[in-house]
Amino acid sequence: MSEADETALALPLDALHRALGGRMVPFAGYAMPVQFEGIMAEHNWTRESAGLFDVSHMGQLEFRGQGVAEALESLMPGDFLALRENRMRYSLLLDDNGGIIDDLMVTNRGDHFYVVVNGATKHGDIAHIAARLAGGVSLVHRTDLALLALQGPKVADALARVAGEVSTLVFMKAGAFRIEGVDVWVSRSGYTGEDGFEISVPADKAEAVASALLAQPEVKPIGLGARDSLRLEAGLPLYGHDLSTASTPIEADLGFAISKRRKLEGGFPGAERVLGQLLNGAPVKRIGLRIEGKLPAREGAEIFAGTEKVGVITSGGFAPTVGAPIAMGFVSANHAADGTALEIDVRGRRIAAVVAPMPFVPHRYVRQGGQ
Amino acid sequence: MTVYYSKEHEWVRVEGDTATVGITDYAQSQLGDVVFVELPAVGKALVQGKDAAVVESVKAASEVYAPISGSVSEVNDALEADPSLVNSAAETDGWFFRMSIGNAAELSGLMDADAYAAFCADL
Repeated sequence: MSEADETALALPLDALHRALGGRMVPFAGYAMPVQFEGIMAEHNWTRESAGLFDVSHMGQLEFRGQGVAEALESLMPGDFLALRENRMRYSLLLDDNGGIIDDLMVTNRGDHFYVVVNGATKHGDIAHIAARLAGGVSLVHRTDLALLALQGPKVADALARVAGEVSTLVFMKAGAFRIEGVDVWVSRSGYTGEDGFEISVPADKAEAVASALLAQPEVKPIGLGARDSLRLEAGLPLYGHDLSTASTPIEADLGFAISKRRKLEGGFPGAERVLGQLLNGAPVKRIGLRIEGKLPAREGAEIFAGTEKVGVITSGGFAPTVGAPIAMGFVSANHAADGTALEIDVRGRRIAAVVAPMPFVPHRYVRQGGQ
Repeated sequence: MTVYYSKEHEWVRVEGDTATVGITDYAQSQLGDVVFVELPAVGKALVQGKDAAVVESVKAASEVYAPISGSVSEVNDALEADPSLVNSAAETDGWFFRMSIGNAAELSGLMDADAYAAFCADL
């Protein structure tokens, strides 16, 4: 355990986190709260009520100009020409070999595209993109914005009280709202598998907005620890752990991020390799594992079928809602079928595990209108 | 009965020629929710400062080091059914294992309760 060190930068809600008793740790170059009341309690609260997460370390980018959708399509496998205004799409920044540089969210905001990238990768992403952007398309990194995530089954009621008609949004839709007189951008999205919203807010107004949300009886502050256990149960990969340039979208089981038109037309980085894997299969696959017993298997633990090493764990831990350890990892394609019995080496001890479909805890996204 | 503390946040309660070992309340508060404790086998020879057990919290796995050298004589089976005893009763019912005292001189290098409290206050 390392406490926040002097070199970790402070985010806009730093003082609020400390006042709320958050235990600050360095993450992605920033001091961030890993927990408030305790990871298990925060995890369960988010599954039952509503949790507020500070994700201001993430990069908020805006792309403008003639041919902006085409420019994004030259970097990622999404169909951005057909992405309707105020709709968002999960996508992947790919290198020329089809390796994943980052996973991100792209929103069409009418006169520009708004892209949210991971905190630990944002500077590398910006350099990669800037070197490849067509002339006439500009990229602005909005360092003047904070980002909050409100997640859990009671979020719609809590947010409606301070932001108005947010229930008009459904999963992966977004729009402009006002909270405490502050203009905010709200999307119905998140990283927990629960219903939820993400709220982009000017950094200097972030504390007022966060405080208004925390004043709602359903809402408690949640740290990075529970964010990780919640996303693991939801089967959502974490860049830098489950995803890297060593994996393609097909290997990472993220084929859904390749839009139908792009599968037919290609034209994204690494398209030949990625579309070849889509057709013929990939040598390895990202899978979920349910683990027997109580001993968690963590990142780096090797996966075996008998004496043969067939893969490695990329994320793992105790899953509070499942009530048992779970993990995510990559295995050879011939051991990736659901129900395959495998073993994991944890400090020299072999523990039994079974390949399991993800998510481990069903998603509860709100896809239909009227709440 | 005397209780000693290590800089790695283990406590050692000495009764006769047996030492009971666990992690301190400070340590459990830093680890958070404990979900599994991997205990040494009875009869295992432990060496001061070397691996003795592993405590798994929701967040991470942490090594527990042998605060003194000796041989494991008993482990706390209650932790298998309820690892959260380490959180709720770190310095009582949440003990990890009992061991022989291989070299009593090693105890003199550990801290007493007051020294340990001062040590934690400086962290």
